[in-house]
Amino acid sequence: MDWSAVFLTLRLALAVCVILLILGMPIASWLSFTRWRWKFFVESIVALPLVLPPTVLGFYVLVAMGPSSPLGRWYSSFAGHGLAFTFPGLLIASVIYSLPFAVQPMAAAFSQVDRNLINASSILGASRMRTFFRIVLPLSIGGVITGIVLSFAHTLGEFGVVLMVGGNIPGVTRTISIAIYDHVQALDYGGANRLALLLMAFSFITLSITYALNRRIWAVWPLHR
Amino acid sequence: MDSSLVSTMAGQANEAREAHLSVRVLRRLSKTFSIEAAFDAPSGFTMLVGPSGGGKTTLLNCVAGLVRPDAGRIALGSRVLFDSASNVNLSAAERHLGYLFQNLALFPHLTIEQNVQYGITKVPRDERRTRMMALLESFHIADLLARKPNEISGGQRQRAALARSLVTNPSLLLLDEPLVALDMSAKARILDDLRSWNASHGIPILYVTHSPEEAFALGERVVVIESGRIVAQGTPQNVLTKPRHETIAQWVGFENVFDATVRSLSDSQGTMLCQLDGSSVELEVPLVRTETGARVRIAIRAGDIMVATERPHGLSARNAFQGKLVSLRNEGVTVTLTIESGATFEVHVTPSARDELGLVAGRRVWLVIKTYSCNLIEPDR
Repeated sequence: MDWSAVFLTLRLALAVCVILLILGMPIASWLSFTRWRWKFFVESIVALPLVLPPTVLGFYVLVAMGPSSPLGRWYSSFAGHGLAFTFPGLLIASVIYSLPFAVQPMAAAFSQVDRNLINASSILGASRMRTFFRIVLPLSIGGVITGIVLSFAHTLGEFGVVLMVGGNIPGVTRTISIAIYDHVQALDYGGANRLALLLMAFSFITLSITYALNRRIWAVWPLHR
Repeated sequence: MDSSLVSTMAGQANEAREAHLSVRVLRRLSKTFSIEAAFDAPSGFTMLVGPSGGGKTTLLNCVAGLVRPDAGRIALGSRVLFDSASNVNLSAAERHLGYLFQNLALFPHLTIEQNVQYGITKVPRDERRTRMMALLESFHIADLLARKPNEISGGQRQRAALARSLVTNPSLLLLDEPLVALDMSAKARILDDLRSWNASHGIPILYVTHSPEEAFALGERVVVIESGRIVAQGTPQNVLTKPRHETIAQWVGFENVFDATVRSLSDSQGTMLCQLDGSSVELEVPLVRTETGARVRIAIRAGDIMVATERPHGLSARNAFQGKLVSLRNEGVTVTLTIESGATFEVHVTPSARDELGLVAGRRVWLVIKTYSCNLIEPDR
C-alpha cells in the first residue's frame, strides 16, 4: 500500500474541509440572505467547478499561480518559490474545486430557516452574528455537515485539478488518485486495485452518512430566498 | 437624595416620555399598491383592524424595523426610530420593542427557559432569573422551563412567546393576529394577564386583527386600515358604532344600508328628511348635509328597528311607516324578518316577540326607527 499517498490525500481533504468551513459559511449565509440583485453572478461563479472540466479549472489556477500573475509573484516574494507543484498550491486549487459542494448544501439549509425566527432574534436585540450562531446554524447544522462531508469526499477523488496544479511529486502532491493512475501506467493492477478499493469504500461510507443525515443535498440553489 | 432613587426617577420620567407612539409612513409595495398611514398610539391597546391584505402587517413591520418605509417618521416618545428626512433608521435590534408573531417564532431548538432569556443575556444572571420567573409565574407557565416549544400546548406556547417579548421590558409591544388559534376564553385569559402586566408598565400595544369583534372588544383605540389607507380611527365606540365608511358599516353588522336623497333640512332640530331610493319611505336622520338633493347612504342595525302590528302612537321615535312582512328566518335565538316597503328592511326580533305579535309571512306591519339609529356613512371612494 502506498501510505504516503493515502496520508497526503487525507491531509489535503481535512485541510480543505477546515478552510471551506471557515470560508463556505459566510458565503453561503450571504447568498441565502442578501437581496442584492446581481447575486446570481456570485452563485454562478461558486457553482462553476460543478460544470467545468477539471483541466480547465486546473489550467487557470496554474496560470493564476504562475510567476506572471500578481498572486504568484506575491507568494514567491516571501516563499522563495512559486505556488504551482506545492502542497499550498494544491490546497488552494482543491478549495476552489470543492467550493460548490460546501456552499450549496449550506445555503440551502440556511434559507430554509423560518425568517420569523431570524426576525424574532433581531427584535430581541441579538446581533447578526449572535442570530447566526444561536439560531441559524443550530437549525441548519445538517446542511453544514453535509457540505463539509461532501467536500471531503470530493477532494479525496479529485484527479484532473491535482495533475494540472500539483503534478506528481511523491509526498507533496501525489494523492491517491494520481497514485492509482501511476500504478495502471506501470501495469501494476494489484496496487491500483488496493488503492481504488480503499477510495471507493471510503467514499461510499461518507456518502451513506451524508444521505442518512440529509436527503436534500443535491438540491440546486435554494428557491426560497 | 439617594443616587439610586434619582436614577429610578429618571428611569420613570424616561418611560413616561416614551409611552407614546407616533407613526407616519409611506411604503410602496407595487406600482398600484402603497401603504400611506399616520396614526398615534398612546399607552394601552391600539387595534389595527381591517380586511386581510390591507397592509396591517406591513405597517407593523415598518414600526418593528423589519420593513423600511420609503418615507415618513416613526417616533416612540422622544426616541426617533425612523425618519426619512434626517436619515435615521434604527435596526430592529436597536428599537427595543416586543413583537409577538402570528406563528409565535419560538426557537424550536431551545427550551422555554432559553427562549425567554434570549433577549436579556446582558442582564446579570441573578436578575435575569428573577425577572424571568416573575413573568413566567404571572403567565402561569413557570413549570415548563425545561420543555421545548413542541412539547407544550398551543396556549402555553402563546404565553411563552408573550413572556419572551415582555421580559426585555420593551417600550412598545406589537402583536400580529396573536392568539388566532385559541378559543375565546383562552384568549381572554391571556389578554387579561397582558392587561395586568401593562397596568404597571403603561406601554403602547399595537394589536393587528382582521376581526372587528376583537377590535371592538379589546381596544382602547381602533385604527381601521383598508387598501393601505387609514379610513377611520378613534375609540371603538366612535369608529364602530358611528361608522362614517361603508366597509366598517358592513363589518359591524349594519344589515341595512340604503342609498337616499336629502329632501328637506331642519337646522333647528338637527335633522333632515331623506327619501330612500326606489321607495316612498322618508326617514328622519341626523343632519349632516346642508343642501337638499344631496345623495347620502344610511346604515341601520337590524336590531335597532322595532316592529308593531298597529300604528304606533305616543313614541319618541320619529320614523314609523308600513311594510309587508315577506319572510321569517330563525337563526338561533334571533328571528330575522324581511320586510318590504319599497326598500327591503332586515329586522331582528326575539322568538317570543314573533309569537306574541303573531308575525307570519304576508302580514302588514309597522316599522319604527329612531332618528339616531340611522347612521350616515360615506360611500366608498
